[in-house]
Amino acid sequence: MVEFSDDSMRPRYQKLIEELRCPKCQNQNLADSNSAISVELRLQILRLLEQKNSDEEIKHYLAERYSDFILYRPLVDQRTWFLWAAPFLFALSAAIAVILLQRRRQSDIGEYDSGRRAAMSAGDRERLDQLLNTPSEPR
Amino acid sequence: MRQRLALFAPLMLFVAVAPFLWLALDRDPNELPSARIGEEFPEFSLADLNDPQQLLSAADLRGEVALVNVWATWCYACSIEHAMLNELASLGVKIIGLNYKDNRDEATRWLQHLGDPYAFSIFDASGSLGIDLGVYGAPETYLLDAEGIIRHRRVGILDQRSWQREFAQRYQTLASSNVD
Repeated sequence: MVEFSDDSMRPRYQKLIEELRCPKCQNQNLADSNSAISVELRLQILRLLEQKNSDEEIKHYLAERYSDFILYRPLVDQRTWFLWAAPFLFALSAAIAVILLQRRRQSDIGEYDSGRRAAMSAGDRERLDQLLNTPSEPR
Repeated sequence: MRQRLALFAPLMLFVAVAPFLWLALDRDPNELPSARIGEEFPEFSLADLNDPQQLLSAADLRGEVALVNVWATWCYACSIEHAMLNELASLGVKIIGLNYKDNRDEATRWLQHLGDPYAFSIFDASGSLGIDLGVYGAPETYLLDAEGIIRHRRVGILDQRSWQREFAQRYQTLASSNVD
């Protein structure tokens, strides 16, 4: 059990060790890992919290030493903006594709209809208009 | 025709992604990029392993191209690596030890027993310099230029193969530019 001088640090500590990755073990965070380095880093985070560092300062402190690898939630900077923006870009391009396809389909139907209409004889055309424009009588 | 082309879309997608997958095959996911490459060795003030009265600092690492080797008696891989370090030292490579989270008596006994390849060893019992360096497991080896700037880092055993692949050329280049 970890002791804090101020209980408000407990949730912050918990969140930090869950969001920071163990440098030695690939798929574990500091909270889950019992490797020597994780124990050491948890202690160090506790020390930094007691020294009144902000969460951001602590993450920065560790990333400065252990590289961005240690952050499970990557920072947004010029190397990672695409990673963060990609889901939105993909959703946007899918939406645009759907709209374009829909439009093309509608104009295709329109072209097909006017083509058929032009091929009709004048009498048929008149009859068609008549049929289309008379509201059907309820049966 | 257009629809026929669309049938090739999955293949083209694969061709586009394949180079990245292929490159990733060669990458070791355990290898952490060092955050300290190109930076000065972090400042510290720690005692010498053999002489507790002697305080060492980052200034003691400057002046000559050198390796800094992180070691400990509890680290089994370090005992395997030790012969290689002895050989490098006998060839004139300056190696500085960083005795990491260790016991002083055991560490000095280890050096008496296996030979001491180190110009001197920094005694970092608490591991504070280790954290500043971003050490996450011994052994680790850093290549420093004459200004004390970190040029390369290897995590894991330093053997003939890794020396040839990662260090030899960098060391030669730095050492020869230092002479000029």
